Amino acid sequence: MIGYIASLGRGTLEALSALGRAAMFLAQSAVGIPSREGWHLWLRQMHFIGVMSLAIVLVSGLFIGMVLGLQGYTILVDFGAEDALGQMVALSLLRELAPVVAALLFAGRAGSALTAEIGLMKATEQLTSMEMIGVDPLRRIVAPRLWAGFISMPLLTVGFSVVGIWGGYLVGVQWLGVFDGSYWSNMQSNVAFVDDILNGMLKSVVFGLVVTWIAVFQGYDLTPTSEGISRATTRTVVYSSLAVLGLDFVLTALMFGELG
Amino acid sequence: MKRSKMMEFGVGLFVLAGILGMVFLGLRVSGITLGVPQDTFTLQANFANIGGLKSGSRVAMAGVTVGRVSDVELDTEWLDARVTMELDEDLEGKISRDSTASILTSGLLGEQYVGLSVGGDPEMLAEGDTIRDTQQALVLEQLIQQFVSNMTND
Repeated sequence: MIGYIASLGRGTLEALSALGRAAMFLAQSAVGIPSREGWHLWLRQMHFIGVMSLAIVLVSGLFIGMVLGLQGYTILVDFGAEDALGQMVALSLLRELAPVVAALLFAGRAGSALTAEIGLMKATEQLTSMEMIGVDPLRRIVAPRLWAGFISMPLLTVGFSVVGIWGGYLVGVQWLGVFDGSYWSNMQSNVAFVDDILNGMLKSVVFGLVVTWIAVFQGYDLTPTSEGISRATTRTVVYSSLAVLGLDFVLTALMFGELG
Repeated sequence: MKRSKMMEFGVGLFVLAGILGMVFLGLRVSGITLGVPQDTFTLQANFANIGGLKSGSRVAMAGVTVGRVSDVELDTEWLDARVTMELDEDLEGKISRDSTASILTSGLLGEQYVGLSVGGDPEMLAEGDTIRDTQQALVLEQLIQQFVSNMTND
């Protein structure tokens, strides 16, 4: 009995100390804003994290937009309201789907790779040797990756929304015959720039921060064995997906829930 | 060196695409207009019931959008709804004193908007004036109630 309570206490303390380590870690590495010398490090990460994720994000965005167009049409046409298709596609993408799905894809594609890469560096003692020669691995390895993630996520989300709205247009207007003018005008009169677009972007900034933070910290904090790396990679994907979905609810309630 | 230049180009293109996407979202999807906001001309109207009208709703004349509702509040003196509208400046001095403002619905389930119809009075409304002749929103429940009570009277 005492053993169980003690293990509960140990678990809590471990979770708390991991949280503390993660916060310290973020504070110490986020100060390494890409400088002149660090520019090429940051650029390389932007290329890997941002540009290389573009393909999967855009293709998913296109298909999600097309599915929204198709599903929305079949529902709306029953009410003779298929003119509202543009509004439905745009609002669901901008407010929810683009930030959330792009963040989930980002966690799967870039997050897991970040964890594995940093984890392997730790396992092969590259990080320790950097410290030995007086290079701060937080600044040299972690900071460029963090900043590349923070900046890439909103850009990927914009791409997702644009391609998704175009996908909805392809299916709704070109294929199913919704009137072109009403698709766009209904969208324009119902989408507000600040309330919908900027709030959606704010979500994606938060998600980008959380996902990259989790990925990089899991890599930096893992047990340096091959098993540890695989566990940490799995944890990255699981934790960041849960964090994205949970935070999405909180952010939605704050932004659109009319609680405030 | 060559590889690094390609990478720089790729990242630059990525950032540029993001910014262009944002501009597309702003202009094409939310329909904001760039440049200085147009000068407007403010009118007010009191309605007995505004239904679903809200700030930002359309104001139309002969079906053409000529402005937006900028504010809806309860007039504490008369206990009815006071709606402030901002119209295009071109209309200043062209709306006669006996014009009617009515709350209409676009389509059967569409959103509500204010429809202005001009009267024949030679005197025109000026900035900040109140339209006297108003028609409240059509509330479906009241309509049904009227219909039912007419039926029972017959």
